[in-house]
Amino acid sequence: MADPVQFTGPHGPKPKTPFSRRNIMLYGTLIVVSLYYLVPLYVMIVTSLKGMPEIRMGNIFAPPMEITFEPWVKAWSQACTGLNCDGLSRGFWNSVQITIPSVLASIIIASVNGYALANWRFKGANVFFGILIFGAFIPYQVMIYPIVIMLREMGLYTKLGGLVIVHSIFGMPILTLLFRNYFASLPEELFKAARVDGARFWGIYFRIMLPMSMPIFVVAVILQVTGIWNDFLFGVIYAKPDSYPMTVQLNNIVNSVQGVKEYNVNMAATLLTGAVPLFIYFVSGKLFVRGVAAGAVKG
Amino acid sequence: MNSVEIKNLDLNFGAVKVLQNLNLDIKQGEFVVLLGSSGCGKSTLLNCIAGLLEVSGGQLFINGKNVTWSEPNERGIGMVFQSYALYPQMTVKGNLTFGLKNAKMPKDEIEKRVARAAEILQIEPLLDRKPAALSGGQRQRVAIGRALVRDVDVFLFDEPLSNLDAKLRADLRVEIKKLHQQLQNTMIYVTHDQIEAMTLADRIAIMKGGKIMQLGSPDEIYNRPQNLYVADFIGSPSMDFFEGHLENGVFTMGDIALPMADYEYANGPVSGPAIVGIRPEHILTGDQTAGAVTTQVTIDIVEPMGSDTLVYSSLNCKPLHIRMDGKAKVAAGETITIGFDPVSASLFDPTTEERI
Repeated sequence: MADPVQFTGPHGPKPKTPFSRRNIMLYGTLIVVSLYYLVPLYVMIVTSLKGMPEIRMGNIFAPPMEITFEPWVKAWSQACTGLNCDGLSRGFWNSVQITIPSVLASIIIASVNGYALANWRFKGANVFFGILIFGAFIPYQVMIYPIVIMLREMGLYTKLGGLVIVHSIFGMPILTLLFRNYFASLPEELFKAARVDGARFWGIYFRIMLPMSMPIFVVAVILQVTGIWNDFLFGVIYAKPDSYPMTVQLNNIVNSVQGVKEYNVNMAATLLTGAVPLFIYFVSGKLFVRGVAAGAVKG
Repeated sequence: MNSVEIKNLDLNFGAVKVLQNLNLDIKQGEFVVLLGSSGCGKSTLLNCIAGLLEVSGGQLFINGKNVTWSEPNERGIGMVFQSYALYPQMTVKGNLTFGLKNAKMPKDEIEKRVARAAEILQIEPLLDRKPAALSGGQRQRVAIGRALVRDVDVFLFDEPLSNLDAKLRADLRVEIKKLHQQLQNTMIYVTHDQIEAMTLADRIAIMKGGKIMQLGSPDEIYNRPQNLYVADFIGSPSMDFFEGHLENGVFTMGDIALPMADYEYANGPVSGPAIVGIRPEHILTGDQTAGAVTTQVTIDIVEPMGSDTLVYSSLNCKPLHIRMDGKAKVAAGETITIGFDPVSASLFDPTTEERI
């Protein structure tokens, strides 16, 4: 056997130093930034688990001496907003009833819109698309009053159905843009091949385009669920106390000026309200990655 | 009966006229290649035949039926795309049967057709795979299979081999030719690759700016190009052109006088200014020069390619390419004697650029 070659000078992989200046800077910055974001969350969780006497002692960073879930129960089912004293639960179910139909309606309509605009270039498609995009840049405030009148005439003002319609319409420009660009990025030849194979508008949409579009649907769901769930403006304008979404109710609980400020209840209410978008991020984040990986297959 | 007839076809994209007054008749079982550089309208023409683009004027007949307004699937065509365009979420079998299911064909008939296509293309072991698990050549076979199962009259190929590497391209080219001999279908094939065009076609249509410059057999296109564009386009390296004067059957360029007595004129002998085009392999060297009109040229560059040797030189201050035998011993800087063969040359009118 030949002797192993003896090298002089650098050879093989370059040795790495774990505590190089670069690593210290990098991880130091990352730790500081994440602390910056996590400390308020920590304070919220800790405070929501304390009783009022403990909060009055003023050590907001101290962990609870006695863990109590009372504030959470109170925030969910007993906190008062105006005349109603049934907590956030009412707002939660209102928000669910607003979010689910609006997300479904806006995504279904926008995906068909985007598909038609990308693949079936009809006469005036560009003008239509231009108007739609222009719609995305009009400030919401301009349209608030006209929509109040429209909803009133339709008998949907202060009804959940009215809010669903409003959310579906306002999601349309950005979602259509999203879907159009995604469908336009799919190879045009696939569309042509499907036409030669005798598939028509809906056949191509359901059999060819939809199965290839999971990633963009997940993106649209994330966008819409968080956007509609977190909406405050439309909720406060187009609903009434009975039909307020969760965000508006949260505001009413936190900003109530009567009685003592129950910080623990406020914190619990806020965490409850934020739980849904958080949940969506966690669940769909994984789906999203999987969807992108599956969609990366080139035909 | 003609398999495909294109009558006075126009196609505009807005104000841009892509195809103008185009006429083309394709016989039953013929293999026609549409050849041209990019942007010449060849793929556009194919898409019009397929019904994927709406024509702006004119008529289209397939098997004697006017299909100008028909949907793509009603025209009796199958199409193979450059990027294969396989449906990624379906298996190979799903890809093959998609069109048949859309046509609401009975199940046993579908099975029969898939089995036949899979056998012809030798893709039986691949039927349950997804396109992502196939190689480029296999994907292209499946794409051809998708046209095959539909049992169509006319196959349309849109640069089907351009995405493959050189070796696979040569293999599949032969297979497409075999397939054509076996099926005897009409095939229209778009490519920008001259070799594909020359090897596959019964007739080649060379296109430029939405017009057919010449339609003819590969032999006609190569040896009797109708105009300067075709002469220049076909052949690699291309024809060399020299300006001169044609008088009393003698073509004069500089101090060289070529008697054109044996030349086949397109419309009888003429006189006046002319351009002669000579292919690199039609320049005579060595012993072949005996009895021919000869001159001396200096070699600039030598490119040995194995099977033959390409020599770059110049004549009358114009570039001159000479294709010599692969064993020729020549070096840059040498002076060699070359001869001209008037019969294999082409003469063109400098103003109309048409063949004389």
